[in-house]
Amino acid sequence: MEEKFEPKIAAFVCNWCTYTGADLAGTSRLKQEANARLIRVPCTGRIDPVFIIKAFENGADGVLISGCHPGDCHYNAGNFHARRRWILFKNLLDFIGIDSSRLYFSWVSASEGKKWVDIVDGVIDAVRIKGPFKQYKKMNKEIEIPVAVEEGVSVK
Amino acid sequence: MKIGVFVCHCGENIGRTVNCPEVSKACASFPGVVHSEDYKYMCSDPGQNLIKQAIREKHLDAVVVGSCSPHMHEKTFRKACASAGINSYMVEIANLREHCSWIHEDIAEATKKAIDLMRFAVERVKFNHPLQTIKVPVTKRSLVIGGGISGIQAALDIANAGFEVVLVEKEPSIGGHMSQLSETFPTLDCSQCILTPRMVEVYQHPKIKLLSYSEVENVEGFIGNFKVTIRRKAKSVKEELCTGCGLCAEKCPIKKKALSEFDEGLSNRSAIYVPFPQAVPNVPVIDRSVCTYFKTGKCEMCKKVCGREAIDFTQQDTFVTEDVGSIIVATGYKLYSIEKKPEESIYKGYGEYGYGKYKNVINGLQFERIASASGPTSGEILRPSDKTEPKKIVFIQCVGSRDESKGFSYCSKICCMYTAKHAMLYKHKVHDGEAYVFYMDIRSGGKNYEEFVRRAIEEDHVNYIRGRVSKIYEEDGKLIVKGEDTLAGLPVVIEADLVVLATAMIAQQEAPKLAQTLNISYDKYGYFQEAHPKLRPVETNTGGVFLAGACHSPRDIPESVAMASAAAAKSLVLFGADMLEREPIIAKVDESTCAGCFYCQKVCAYNAIEKKEIRDRQGNLKKVVAFVNSGLCQGCGTCNATCPSKSIELIGFNDDQIFAQINAFAEV
Repeated sequence: MEEKFEPKIAAFVCNWCTYTGADLAGTSRLKQEANARLIRVPCTGRIDPVFIIKAFENGADGVLISGCHPGDCHYNAGNFHARRRWILFKNLLDFIGIDSSRLYFSWVSASEGKKWVDIVDGVIDAVRIKGPFKQYKKMNKEIEIPVAVEEGVSVK
Repeated sequence: MKIGVFVCHCGENIGRTVNCPEVSKACASFPGVVHSEDYKYMCSDPGQNLIKQAIREKHLDAVVVGSCSPHMHEKTFRKACASAGINSYMVEIANLREHCSWIHEDIAEATKKAIDLMRFAVERVKFNHPLQTIKVPVTKRSLVIGGGISGIQAALDIANAGFEVVLVEKEPSIGGHMSQLSETFPTLDCSQCILTPRMVEVYQHPKIKLLSYSEVENVEGFIGNFKVTIRRKAKSVKEELCTGCGLCAEKCPIKKKALSEFDEGLSNRSAIYVPFPQAVPNVPVIDRSVCTYFKTGKCEMCKKVCGREAIDFTQQDTFVTEDVGSIIVATGYKLYSIEKKPEESIYKGYGEYGYGKYKNVINGLQFERIASASGPTSGEILRPSDKTEPKKIVFIQCVGSRDESKGFSYCSKICCMYTAKHAMLYKHKVHDGEAYVFYMDIRSGGKNYEEFVRRAIEEDHVNYIRGRVSKIYEEDGKLIVKGEDTLAGLPVVIEADLVVLATAMIAQQEAPKLAQTLNISYDKYGYFQEAHPKLRPVETNTGGVFLAGACHSPRDIPESVAMASAAAAKSLVLFGADMLEREPIIAKVDESTCAGCFYCQKVCAYNAIEKKEIRDRQGNLKKVVAFVNSGLCQGCGTCNATCPSKSIELIGFNDDQIFAQINAFAEV
């Protein structure tokens, strides 16, 4: 019997707004699904596009990025730089073979615990419908072929 | 590297949904982990001792604690580890409570997630480096924004402790909404009588610099070292020359054209005016939007009568900068204007109660002015339309508050009390009058509050009707109030002479803009957000910025005063030390690989990136590289993500640390 697919979500969140908003969701005991793993960064401006690619490479079925609302950045403008970066980066994602619709952005402030829960659950549901993200794993396998041959294992 | 792992049960808070012994067991098998245990309360003294003991016995290099949010106890555990001899930045926290046990129900899922979070932290800590906190001097001065009762209290507390305060007020006078009130609940003592002495104290205090008619324009810097730019709006009056004689206002020819803000539009004022007789400072300002001189270039009456030659039509807005160590925000509230939809608001707003359409439908603050001895009717209860004494008066509570469909979902908190007060004041002045109050619930929590409401009902015979009003319309000079008495299950029709609406307290319209200037959070209503709802109620997420009064949430005078004193105390805590310790989370440049493209400089919001010349021994210029000014860098890391050659890294959140966490994701 095939096991039910449960998506893995990597979430990069800024320390000041979304991480604190997620803390508030916890303090308010707002229940959410357990598929997301948060990685805290000081600011969304700190998020290097390579982080996102690496997250997909390491098995994430979806990536969620969330920071302060435009204009509310704790560091004045970090989220604006992040936003500009992603506009360019989204096109690149499709080019390198990652379905860019698996990448989600949101703005969640420190007071929006409920919004955070809705977003996380929404992303999990959406990715669950999309199914597992296999392209990268397949690519990794193809790259591994020569190594396998060297070891004398026949690979089809 | 030897890593110790400690899993906290947090009593039952984590332990109920996360199988902590299992997490601890799983962590023991992670590469690098030499010690793993779980305990009921890791933050308690015995819990901390467990950590210290393990550090000493097993010679740990790094510690990972699975507990509550790092915003909660990171400092506690860092301190504990430092006292046992390892650098406090070799400690990582996995958030097993707010981000796991409290938000999940399934024990298996939560436990699996907890193990993942622990793995992330363990992998990350392997790339941590010992760091030293940065010491910065503290400017022992405070800025208080807002000169209402909260701002006044905070300023006086700090000044009386011996430190300088800059008090900024946007209106011509300090005093805020409290100066408009007639009497205060639950004692019915006169608001001005208790407030004005404090206003004068502020004005005369040698440690307080009062900047009235001014607004905060820009804030730079960080805790202990803020640089604030303040716009001093042109008063058109030279403050240092004016004696406050009031002759200018008396002679101003356009007496009837401008509505008095202080009287909530119930009276008129001249173009050159002081808001009210007890104003502090007692210096008039010219309202240029109505002044004849500014409109036509003729008149100059005030200038002619001023013996001190204090009138200056050419005055311009000026800017002053102040260096302060802490900022207290006390910008207060305003009343929800239900005549129309609030500007740029998602709220639908009322319309059917006729506020703004019928002269005799007024709000709570307008009733305060009518009831006030210094008000437009000198304290006689007279209705606005024909200045007659209303014999039937209807008060409606919860207009805009506790109403998600048309207003705001929160409770405005003070309306139950001030409506009871209004009804009482009315009955004390109009003995044969009838007062009706439509209410949803009576919320009178507070010392002597419930007794006060009972007094209104039992001694002053105010009629309390539980139910909502559906419609108000005017007929033959009377306001027909149609509502429902839900306790009796009957419709109610009252022919009232005056209707007073207890409209919701809402945040100031400029609050989000100020929040952005100060880099503090605000909620969806525009109220400023505290750092922790229970344990840090007056602090914000930005160090050195504190909250006081109704800019945080609806609150009454004693609560505002208490919060203001708390904010003042928090400022004084800062001023207690000569040097402040700052997190060493700042960017650092690898000069050997920096190509000098200065993209980092372009994205830096703090101008923290400077150019540094690298020269050889002969003094020949080899190259120019980026250099981080550690006093300015705030540690956002935007430069780190931007640098094409990865030559600048954010210490504490460097690429190695974050990639370690991402790589650990493979095992999720």
